[in-house]
Amino acid sequence: MARFDLAVVGAGPAGLSAAVTAAENGLTVALVDAGTQPGGQFWRHPDEHHPRPDEGRGQHLWSRFTDLRTRLRALESGAATAGRVELVVGHQVWFVETLAEGFMLHLSATHGETRLPQVRAASLVLCPGGYDRQLPVPGWELPGVMAAGGVQALLKAHRSVAGRRAVVAGTGPFLLPVAAGLAQAGADVVAICEAGSLSGWARSPLGAAGVPSKALEAVEYAALLARHRIPYRMRTVITAIRGESEVGSVGLGRLDRNGRLRTDVSLPDLDVDLVAFGWGFTPSLELVTAVGASTRVDVDESLIADVDDWQRTDVPGAYVAGEATGVGGALLAVAEGELAALAASRDAGRPVSEARARSLQRQIARGRRFAATMHRAHPVPAGWQDWLEPDTTVCRCEETTLGEICAATKELGATDARTVKLLARPGMGWCQGRVCGFAAAKLAIPVGEALTASDLAPLAKRTFAAPVSLETLATTPTESDSATSHDNDA
Amino acid sequence: MTDQVNLTFDGVTITAAAGQSVGAALTDAGIRSWRSTRRGDRPRGLFCGIGVCFDCLVTVDGRPNQRACLVPVRDGMRLESGGLREVSARG
Ligand SMILES: Cc1cc2nc3c(=O)[nH]c(=O)nc-3n(C[C@H](O)[C@H](O)[C@H](O)COP(=O)(O)OP(=O)(O)OC[C@H]3O[C@@H](n4cnc5c(N)ncnc54)[C@H](O)[C@@H]3O)c2cc1C
Ligand code: FES
Repeated sequence: MARFDLAVVGAGPAGLSAAVTAAENGLTVALVDAGTQPGGQFWRHPDEHHPRPDEGRGQHLWSRFTDLRTRLRALESGAATAGRVELVVGHQVWFVETLAEGFMLHLSATHGETRLPQVRAASLVLCPGGYDRQLPVPGWELPGVMAAGGVQALLKAHRSVAGRRAVVAGTGPFLLPVAAGLAQAGADVVAICEAGSLSGWARSPLGAAGVPSKALEAVEYAALLARHRIPYRMRTVITAIRGESEVGSVGLGRLDRNGRLRTDVSLPDLDVDLVAFGWGFTPSLELVTAVGASTRVDVDESLIADVDDWQRTDVPGAYVAGEATGVGGALLAVAEGELAALAASRDAGRPVSEARARSLQRQIARGRRFAATMHRAHPVPAGWQDWLEPDTTVCRCEETTLGEICAATKELGATDARTVKLLARPGMGWCQGRVCGFAAAKLAIPVGEALTASDLAPLAKRTFAAPVSLETLATTPTESDSATSHDNDA
Repeated sequence: MTDQVNLTFDGVTITAAAGQSVGAALTDAGIRSWRSTRRGDRPRGLFCGIGVCFDCLVTVDGRPNQRACLVPVRDGMRLESGGLREVSARG
């Protein structure tokens, strides 16, 4: 079994930055990612085994990535520092065991053969990122409806355009790069439907002004939208998706200032073959809860890891960085990853630059303020249930409808997400509630109430962080029966 | 120039760029759904695009229930549509 000073899960902006920093500080590091190469969601790019001259097309902060990648390669195989980092790609961490000293990560190949089933490390930085948050809409299970991030992933990594006539809908600044990416790739983007209005930003200029690069990005996107003549429609939502075997058109609705559907406004349908939905992101909390670290609810009603100002959880030796400490974008993730690595090095007794740590802490505080402003300006609209029908699918895996969930809450008296899940089965399918979890949790509580950690925590506790075969389970030695260990349960 | 690979989907040959995912190759070939659901017999293809939702399951070289958005294409690969295959274990 492989042993390291530090294991980093996730090679996105946070994990890459953490692994490189820790290894440059002299720690031996295992960097594990389910994907085929480093980059994560933000820097997803074409397969490096088939190099392209336009590798960085459509990317932001690309030189930050190539710098981290160059340093990572030196730490893997450079003359002076070879072997400091072992990069394990194509492997998902499906479970983390907390040992008396350190952690045992259980890995399985994303597809194909598992090369490294276990990794043992003295400390752990979790940087698992997240995925698009979704809300059910009548017809959203039709092919041609995709997560906005998925559309972006197809463009960035595969140069595939998911449709020819697209509408990008939901809320938040992430809708802009997705629309811009589609338009630049030749798709006709007929509208961006933003459920919010931009007034939330105006109310809090401080938060936005704290991160100048964001203001620049916004100007850049505004120019792109103008060039491609993409209408940006505020307080507008998709209320229905129509089509036989795939999307053909969408119905639109206008929201009032409280986020409720206006019945006095009717808007014409849009003919499209692609709908890209993004309602912000849901952080991946499976591994955070697996190690037993405390969680809390963020401004955007996401469950996140509770960390101190050194990215430490309340489990000794376990740190979290990036989206799993609160959705806040790639730059914040990079800063948090670096700080988590400095903390892990410092806690392991190695000297680190206190000045650098303080500068990162300031940068992170600014980034967090910006993120809070963003979340407040782009809430899930209060009226998101106004346009659902009893036969609207909520759980895509089990095909549970709204009507079935309402029956569980109203007739059978379920008042929490867990009971609803047991009665109506939303969230019991293959994705284990990752897609419908937020909506199902909201449906279980009275309209207008905010989610609490006790609503969300049971949903994040999945038995395993990734699907794993029975064969893998049956052949996995746990630390307690592994011959190589002497120090557990002491 | 990127290398081309050939694969088959339900016996029909499609081409893809080396390094693409199966899901991207199907998308480029104009194929948007490749399985039907158990309960409603409804068509499904890519949704999350990053391995989270399991909507995109496809049979790859005889192995059922592979996520099309994650599996890279390979020359000579055989893809088959169909329902979600019931197997004793997930994975
Ligand atoms: C599909 C998608 C596309 C996005 N595109 C953009 C964009 O174009 N522009 C933008 O501004 N923001 C985008 N975002 C938001 C963006 O993800 C974040 O701002 C940023 O990437 C966060 O960095 P991170 O390091 O926290 O997480 P991520 O970049 O998400 O990296 C997390 C990494 O951890 C790996 N991982 C997670 N769990 C496990 C596990 N159990 N085992 C092994 N590996 C694991 C994942 O494979 C992933 O590579 C996107 C988000 C998503 C979900
Ligand atoms: S599209 Fe969601 S898992 Fe493949």
